[in-house]
Amino acid sequence: MSEDGASRIPRLRRGFRFQWEPVQSCHVLLYPEGMVKLNDSAGAILGEVDGQRNVDLIVASLQLKFPDENDLGADVREFLNDAVQRHWIEWL
Amino acid sequence: MTAAKGTGTSTQVGPPLWLLAELTYRCPLQCPYCSNPLDFAQSEQELSTEQWFSVLRQGREMGAAQLGFSGGEPLVRPDLPELIAEARNLGYYTNLITSGLGLTDAKVDAFAEAGLDHIQISFQASDPELNNAVAGSRKAFEQKLAMAEAVKSAGYPMVLNFVIHRHNIHQMPDILDLCERLGADYVELATCQYYGWAFRNREGLMPSLAQLTKAEAEVNEARERLQASGSAMKLIFVTPDYYEERPKACMNGWGSLFLTVAPDGTALPCHSARLLPIDFPKVQSTSLKEIWYDSPGFNHYRGDTWMPEPCRSCDEKGKDFGGCRCQAYLLTGNADNADPVCSKSAHHDRILAARRAADHATAGLDDLVYRNVKNSRLFFRS
Ligand code: SF4
Ligand code: SF4
Repeated sequence: MSEDGASRIPRLRRGFRFQWEPVQSCHVLLYPEGMVKLNDSAGAILGEVDGQRNVDLIVASLQLKFPDENDLGADVREFLNDAVQRHWIEWL
Repeated sequence: MTAAKGTGTSTQVGPPLWLLAELTYRCPLQCPYCSNPLDFAQSEQELSTEQWFSVLRQGREMGAAQLGFSGGEPLVRPDLPELIAEARNLGYYTNLITSGLGLTDAKVDAFAEAGLDHIQISFQASDPELNNAVAGSRKAFEQKLAMAEAVKSAGYPMVLNFVIHRHNIHQMPDILDLCERLGADYVELATCQYYGWAFRNREGLMPSLAQLTKAEAEVNEARERLQASGSAMKLIFVTPDYYEERPKACMNGWGSLFLTVAPDGTALPCHSARLLPIDFPKVQSTSLKEIWYDSPGFNHYRGDTWMPEPCRSCDEKGKDFGGCRCQAYLLTGNADNADPVCSKSAHHDRILAARRAADHATAGLDDLVYRNVKNSRLFFRS
């Protein structure tokens, strides 16, 4: 949870799948016998988690998609740390 | 719609997010707590591969995202790899729920290639002797261990399931140790739910309160230890609702999320609902959409207008929906009644009697009725 985690790379944990569900019109996270519905911002952030790009690159990419939001960085970091706590994602 | 008792209409009812495909009732094991119907041997007919494809397609179109392949033992179906591939293609998260018998390293890999997301292996105990006695098979335990390891090394998350009852609950610390050693990601400690064979064997299976309290403390201790060490292993302990004063919100509400298709194509709101005196449609003659939204069977207990007292005027009915219909039926003879687990139920004494019986039960493993074709035939002949 260190603050200089900008270069860390998150990836989905084994057995977790992120996808768009047209019928529920939202992104979901699927795992063994479970499913979480994600809100728009959680969906947008997890959509960037590919096990390749670090936190900085993820923030930059989101900033391009949502130019009206200023300083997404803090929110993104908070969400990612929270997702690690929930064991949805892990740091590489 | 007019024949239905419930208030559900196509517009209020949400999609079935969860589809359980019971591929077969065939199984090499004989667990005395099996949730299959007592008379399973009466129905030998199974849906074809094409029929399952159609069920999968329709379910996915309606919004189902989680798919369980279970049984019986789903591995006895030779078309399992094709079913997995089709399901994965359609976008399901695919779960295989297996005893591990009949599984091989090659199959574990082939299923992964077909797109299987997760394999859950069920154990009967933490040591070979008890495990094999409960399963009614001499070599089950070793095979399960080997397959748990194969599942892990193939890159799946490792999910282990232990069905807990009075003959293995004392093993809780050993069970947890075993799971840690194997490196499980999820451990389900599921105390028997008393339907099907488990209801028939309830007296011989239900743990006493003292046993349960001890096990709960052991699980909580293990949870704290795991958390402190940063382990991601997750423990899910399902305790028997016979020790509660309020019933569980069964299936999250009748026909609200779950859709089960039995081996012969009968569509059910829950895998044990087959025992209810309700007519459920078959997927061979009715579309899944019609079954889910419009069939009298699925609308029967939607909403709350069907409820008699004490549920009707109870302010908790939105929380538990009056509990489990199967439990109400098995214990009171009328599925409309409040689940007797509820202390407000006029039949709650049945639950209290079962608790008292559990304190004094002496039956051994030999006294249980094992789930096999021979015993099953007895249930539909009589
Ligand atoms: S509970 Fe046991 S007997 Fe029943 S299907 Fe599962 S493995 Fe077979
Ligand atoms: S009376 Fe019925 S609705 Fe009220 S708590 Fe008991 S089971 Fe639930």
